[in-house]
Amino acid sequence: MEYKDYYKILGVARDATQDQIKQAYRKVARKYHPDVSKEANAEAKFKDIGEAYEVLKDPEKRAAYDKFGANWQEGQHFEPPPNWDAGFEFRGTGYTGADASGFSDFFESLFGHGQTGRQRTHVFRMKGEDQHAKIVIPLADAYRGARQTITLTRPVIDGDGRVSTSPHTLHVVIPKGIIEGQRIRLEGQGLLGHGGGPAGDLYLEIVFQEDPVFHAEKRDIHLTLPVTPWEAALGATLTVPTLGGQVQVKIPPNSQGGKKLRLKGKGLCSASHQGDQIVTLQIVLPEPRTEEQRRLYRTMAEQMPFNPRSGLER
Amino acid sequence: MIEQRIYIQGMVLNEEMRCSLADLCSLCGVNAELIHDMIEEGIITPEGPSMREWCFTSVAVKRVQVAMRLQRDLRVNLPGCALALDLLDELEELRRLSRRR
Repeated sequence: MEYKDYYKILGVARDATQDQIKQAYRKVARKYHPDVSKEANAEAKFKDIGEAYEVLKDPEKRAAYDKFGANWQEGQHFEPPPNWDAGFEFRGTGYTGADASGFSDFFESLFGHGQTGRQRTHVFRMKGEDQHAKIVIPLADAYRGARQTITLTRPVIDGDGRVSTSPHTLHVVIPKGIIEGQRIRLEGQGLLGHGGGPAGDLYLEIVFQEDPVFHAEKRDIHLTLPVTPWEAALGATLTVPTLGGQVQVKIPPNSQGGKKLRLKGKGLCSASHQGDQIVTLQIVLPEPRTEEQRRLYRTMAEQMPFNPRSGLER
Repeated sequence: MIEQRIYIQGMVLNEEMRCSLADLCSLCGVNAELIHDMIEEGIITPEGPSMREWCFTSVAVKRVQVAMRLQRDLRVNLPGCALALDLLDELEELRRLSRRR
């Protein structure tokens, strides 16, 4: 079991006042709230913060925790000494509304679980909490639809009210045409209910894997297509990748860099919504490497008088 | 032994999804009174001509759920939730634009 430095988690000194602890908690809770924060590990951090506050806001628990001394490091291997909690009375009672089901092994072994002892005899029938998770999928899976196996860790409470975490594996259908930010609701796959109540729901939010070629904007797929000056000037038929495979695209003559071509229906399409692929032309100049090649550019300069800056003149 | 995998087909909360007031309440675990308050604060806006025919989009479901968590975890009141949700939307849009650049 790893030691948790609750003071460090909240960013307060060991001699902080209860008011300072409350203020620090509110500040970091806002910063790492999973609905607000974009930090990659916000969910885990928020859980740690809640756990740290659950201990430090309660003078009795805080005093018991402080007994271990200040020399422990976050993450260090830790076993509580026998009878370490003699003289403190919080086991099975002092829970103040926070949902303790997601707290760490460290917390559980020190303070038990909120639903121990006396409390358990009056369990209300209650629906389990909804669980929220993000799943990262490649664009191709959203384009075609896919099947994915995901594993979530979730707290499990046994008959004696002891909590452990166990992996929960699910096989999920990713429907064709799902887009980033949309959620799949799996009824009854959330946390278990209390007192025979139904389980909560699981919400899976779709996040797209970064793709080296394509970029999704809602249902449209964007692609930058490098073309030569003569392809752009004279027109050409080019092979362009799409999520559904390669297609032939006609580049009209006199196309400028930045021109956008829309390939209808080649984006993320669902039963009733169509997405397109937007191809943006990027003209790439060949570097003249030989005298002959430099001469070609000079010939162009002589034979094609052209001022691209005429719009800047006043 | 061959393991039989059962793939679960969930409900996709997409642009097509619409739900009634009762559905919204059960999805988010809240009562209708709170939904009324949220509509009054402008957190969500129902579609439909009258209360009986109200329906809500997947965006409304998400906003109610986030508002509930902000209330529970950060003690934000309803006007604060409305403000936070609008700012979060704006932030999301700005992040999207800066990613494109």
